[in-house]
Amino acid sequence: MAHSMLQQGWRMARRDWRGGELQVVALALLVAVTAVTAVGFFTDRVRGAMLEQAAELLAADRVVQRSGEIPAIWLQQAEAVNLRHSITTLFRSVVLAGDALQLAEVKAVDSRYPLRGELRIADQRYGTERPIASGPPPGDVWLDPQLADRLQVAVEQQIELGELSLRVGAILRDEPDRGADLFTIAPRLLMHRDDLAASGLLGSGALRSERLLLAGEPAALARFDYWLQPQLDESSRLISGREARPELQQALERAERYLGLAALVSLLLAGIAIATSAHHYALRQRSNAALLRCLGVDSATIGQLYLLQIVLLALVTAALGGLLGYLAQWLLAAIIGDLFALSLPVPSLLPWFQGLLIGVVTVVGFALPPLWALRRIPPLQVLRQPSEQLPQAPWFPYLAAGTALFGLLLWQAGDLKLALQVAAGTLLTLLLLWLLAALLVALLGLLRRGTGISWRFGLLNIPRRAAASRLQIMALGSGIMVLLLLSLVRLDLLAHWRSTLPLDAPNHFLIDIRPTQVDALADLLAQRRGVDLPFYPMVRGRLERINSRPVSAADYRSPRAQRLVRREFNLSWSDGLLPGNRLLAGTFHGEDGGDGEVSWSLEQGLAESLAIELGDWLQFRIGDRHISGRVDSLREVDWDSFQVNFFVLTQPGVLEPEAASWITSLYLPPDQRSLLTELIRQFPNVTVIDVAAIMERVRMVIDRVILAVEFVFLFTLLAGITVLLAALQASHRQRQRELALLRSLGVRRRALRQLLLAEFLTLGGVAGGVAALVAALLGWLLATQLFGFDYRPNPLIVWVGIAIGSISSSLIGWWHTRRLLERPPLPLLRQDRQ
Amino acid sequence: MPVIVARQLSRRLATPEGPITILERIDLTINRGETVAVVGVSGAGKSTLLALLAGLDQATAGEVTLAGQPLTPLSEDQRAALRAKLLGFVFQNFQLLPHLTALENVMLPLELAALEAPATEAQRLLHRVGLAERLHHYPAQLSGGEQQRVALARAFAGNPALLLADEPTGNLDTTTGQRVIELLFELNREQGTTLLLVTHDELLARRCRRVLELDGGQLREL
Repeated sequence: MAHSMLQQGWRMARRDWRGGELQVVALALLVAVTAVTAVGFFTDRVRGAMLEQAAELLAADRVVQRSGEIPAIWLQQAEAVNLRHSITTLFRSVVLAGDALQLAEVKAVDSRYPLRGELRIADQRYGTERPIASGPPPGDVWLDPQLADRLQVAVEQQIELGELSLRVGAILRDEPDRGADLFTIAPRLLMHRDDLAASGLLGSGALRSERLLLAGEPAALARFDYWLQPQLDESSRLISGREARPELQQALERAERYLGLAALVSLLLAGIAIATSAHHYALRQRSNAALLRCLGVDSATIGQLYLLQIVLLALVTAALGGLLGYLAQWLLAAIIGDLFALSLPVPSLLPWFQGLLIGVVTVVGFALPPLWALRRIPPLQVLRQPSEQLPQAPWFPYLAAGTALFGLLLWQAGDLKLALQVAAGTLLTLLLLWLLAALLVALLGLLRRGTGISWRFGLLNIPRRAAASRLQIMALGSGIMVLLLLSLVRLDLLAHWRSTLPLDAPNHFLIDIRPTQVDALADLLAQRRGVDLPFYPMVRGRLERINSRPVSAADYRSPRAQRLVRREFNLSWSDGLLPGNRLLAGTFHGEDGGDGEVSWSLEQGLAESLAIELGDWLQFRIGDRHISGRVDSLREVDWDSFQVNFFVLTQPGVLEPEAASWITSLYLPPDQRSLLTELIRQFPNVTVIDVAAIMERVRMVIDRVILAVEFVFLFTLLAGITVLLAALQASHRQRQRELALLRSLGVRRRALRQLLLAEFLTLGGVAGGVAALVAALLGWLLATQLFGFDYRPNPLIVWVGIAIGSISSSLIGWWHTRRLLERPPLPLLRQDRQ
Repeated sequence: MPVIVARQLSRRLATPEGPITILERIDLTINRGETVAVVGVSGAGKSTLLALLAGLDQATAGEVTLAGQPLTPLSEDQRAALRAKLLGFVFQNFQLLPHLTALENVMLPLELAALEAPATEAQRLLHRVGLAERLHHYPAQLSGGEQQRVALARAFAGNPALLLADEPTGNLDTTTGQRVIELLFELNREQGTTLLLVTHDELLARRCRRVLELDGGQLREL
């Protein structure tokens, strides 16, 4: 029996396929699954590539940092699991060149360094740079420009390091993992590890840290991580790509969220397209179902047949869509391959299965209810003209589908809040679209007078098929709304990203400025750069106690929290909020008039990581002083801005000004870099950190994210067009009958074209206008609530929506109906009679 | 032995203007092998009567017994099963599935009844109705007369005990209608089927052994 049912279902599917209706359902599903899986595969690869980018900031996939030597067994284990490895040794030492001496941050690397990314060197301090795959050979050192400036040495000259005299082989312009220690960086000297022993600098007791750099397959890295975790102690920590830099991490998170949102939208559009096509298909199946009932098929069998048919269709189409999605993303990768300096990793198969599941759930969820309702078609309908309505569809499959779809959204979003917002937003949006559509359809019904016959007929077609029109406006409106929303949010979000990294964003940090030098330095910069730069004091302190409980890294599970606790904080003071800071909770100290107590203001992420709440008491040790105070405010800090920012701020007067060093950031155009030489000569103790290269890399990552997002939108656009096609296809047959009838009654083609134009223009215009209003509302909500930036909808959007709706609806409508006007009416009438 | 027995059959419809009576306490018995025509003006309720007798619709009052089985206690699915076993239908608008070929349309009831070799039997019937050359044509590729002949072949597939025809010539011209009528009665004779048809075609009605007229909700024998 089961076999016979399967056979019958398959036969029905095959025969109905020839009928054409299922082709529309399948097309919608195919595009949807292709879109979703292409997005899935592509985002899978982009995520991988972005992680690799992050890895470049570490010069490896993993770094294990340790105070002291890296144990030999770690290396053996890395080799055992087939990981490439390199060791770098870091310490500080005085470098001599003639009479000049300078403290430098020395990094000794082996020949395998770097495992990811590349070094950039030049032959002159500010000369043309070139990439190079490995560090200096034994006997050579590379100096960063500031160090070369301070030492007044050029390439080919000698410097002294410990007991060694080494040749300056090149000027070091950039090293991939420099970003990892942005604020602890001293002028860099890069040397080969083979020279370390002879330098005599690393005798017993010498302060140094070592880094084990690792690169290889994710599985091997995971195995190594698993092995290493129990061996880690207070002196060592494991760093993965994502922890390389907070601003990069923020960009990554934002990108994932945004790509996820784009994928969600494709998915939701797919649901709308499939629901529309399926409803139409079910309507077309009414007389067939009535005939089957009349021929003696029971309702359960009818239900099973349609279920089987739709599941078979979903499986075959979704599998094919997954395959197409896979091919589409390869094609995409091929097109943009040269733009991506990194090759994208091979995607996992997960998105294919995801697509299959999404396809089946979406089709069964959205196509089954109207088809299931066919079980209850009265057989009597076979003797009558079928009504325009289906019997009441059961609600539980919609609920089940909605729940399943929400599960899928959650899976894609990876964030309950976002998934809830999108789901609630979608439901509200659809409801709003439907209500507005119903209102406008009703209003059009009043247009019984005036205008020409074509326009009147065309316009009246809309209220005459009120249920279908509402559905079409809602579906079409959803597509347009999403497209508008995406382009709006996209443009605004990209503008926001770009605006946080403007071309004149600070590209140099000046640190280690003595309090007595601040005024003179400020004068120099004001005079030479014409800007008044803000200078901030900075005092290093270690967090000792939270609410009188001693703080230990062992209290925290997250690596970030452990790292924060082990490190010294850069504390500062200020009367008010710094630029790029936003008060999230509490009162910024000083604003309440001050109650004599020490007040701390914490960055929100830091407070979250260390589980510190408003009102908690924190004690810092600064030198030999212990300072405790209350957390009075939490701030959000925009790390993307490259402005000077602090995790912890207090009010003036708490920290000793004489213990502070000062910091500022400035933008220096490439042609004014010589100012640095002058600055260093005048203020030799000041350390200049050139963040231009780091910023360039971050900017590149962001640009790639944008590129990825734009490609994701291509598929969303395709999904939107499918909704439009599905909506128009839904009324195709009825239109065909009416046009054939009108033509047989003698209405001329030109008048019919006007009629169609009137209908499509109005339908599209209404859908577009409604969509624009809703998109503006949602765009504002998303911008302010989700992405946290100001957004004012442009009033032009309504006209853009109407234009997009009218034009796209008319074009696709024309494309759909052009053959109807070319063929003689009789075959159309006869075809319709079937 | 009666194939159909209707007792005190009534059908009323609720309308905005109040209930209207379509059929009023009708009694009818049709025996095996009989050919019966129900005539009447448009709107007299002929199709409603046919639908009630076939179990396609439910009576407001009264009882229909089909081959000894009362329909009232049966669910819609049970009535469907009874239809699959006993009935064949011919409709005014042919009711062929548009995406199935002539052969596949005729195969459908045979497949649904899970009969052996449905294609062979369907081909035999299509040969019989003179459509041997049209087996793989779709309904849209067939003339009205040809479509109705496919519908006849489908109606007789599975050898039903009772054939119900609703205005079988209503959509056909006189000549074509005549040919379809001939075919209908030939098949009826060959298969010994009981025939109940609803028509306002007098020629067709006269071919039946009994003619009943429906007027004002009442049925009377002519």
